[in-house]
Amino acid sequence: MRLTRLQKILWAAAGLATLVYGLLVLLPNRTPEAVPQADFRPTFSLPDAEGRMRTPAEFAGQHLLVFFGFTNCPDVCPTTLSEVAQVMDDLGDDAALVQPLFISIDPERDRRLGLAEFTAAFHPSIIGLAGDEAQTRAAADSFRIFYAREGDTAAPDGYTMSHSPALYLISPEGDWLRQFTYGTPATDILADLQPRL
Amino acid sequence: MKSLILSALLTLSAAPVLACETVTLGDLNIEHAWSRATIGADRPGVFYVEITNNGSTDDALIGIATPAAGMPMLHETVVTDGVASMPHAMSIPVPAGESVELAPGGYHGMLMGLTATLAEGDSFPVTLSFQKSGEVVVNVEVLSLRAEGPDCDDAN
Repeated sequence: MRLTRLQKILWAAAGLATLVYGLLVLLPNRTPEAVPQADFRPTFSLPDAEGRMRTPAEFAGQHLLVFFGFTNCPDVCPTTLSEVAQVMDDLGDDAALVQPLFISIDPERDRRLGLAEFTAAFHPSIIGLAGDEAQTRAAADSFRIFYAREGDTAAPDGYTMSHSPALYLISPEGDWLRQFTYGTPATDILADLQPRL
Repeated sequence: MKSLILSALLTLSAAPVLACETVTLGDLNIEHAWSRATIGADRPGVFYVEITNNGSTDDALIGIATPAAGMPMLHETVVTDGVASMPHAMSIPVPAGESVELAPGGYHGMLMGLTATLAEGDSFPVTLSFQKSGEVVVNVEVLSLRAEGPDCDDAN
């Protein structure tokens, strides 16, 4: 069979189109499943209410639920800690696999007002941490969160704190897993957490 | 500890009475007035309420007063670019035909200078001042520290 020049061109075009189509279909499946990303391992070195130094190393094997806040906060912090408390209750026997941490961004005042009684009022499992200014800033930077002291003559002691209000989940190996934005219901946090345990 | 958790659960499920009362001031219905228990009196308490304006005139909540706190103020929790702050709210609009909630994560009364610890089961009066409707006193029920709102049959 002899093909005309036009026929050869058409066959070549058809072949090329098939090849391109095949590549387009197959290529997405060939990309690696997990895009490798730089490890994000937020860390802290902060004293608890008794003054004992705490670091992520001692919680190896446990998931960490980390919240940065201040005990003088009437709305955001109690709401989030209530949800953490509910999650811990609902985890039942798996609660031992999760350690909730409250890191004070207003450590001097929180130590004076009482850190342990504050965390215990929400849930006995919550560990409160309050360091000095440098330790607190280092922990916040490591978690890449924001906090600032804001002068407010009408506020108690003449200032209040603004801060990132999310809840952060850290893996048993110390890797950042995700954040739960402020207002995430306890049931949603629980549903995300349980399959990981 | 189990009994503590159990009692907390029982309190949460028991229907509070005061927080479910509705107070009327002209065209305004005021209900679900509640607060959270505090740890001592050194930290500020909080005040939440729901206001419905059934009239045809816009109104606004312009202030609160209570014998329970030396300096009660209206605030709003605002989350901007992932940062929560709590600016003072000069007034809280209550537009005609609409409901406004002072609720966790939004508008709230901040009760600074508490005269005493707010204990679960306590109640205290709060006087609400409205721009047009005037003043009214509501009884505020203190719920548990972990409460997220009153458990009223009509609060769905």
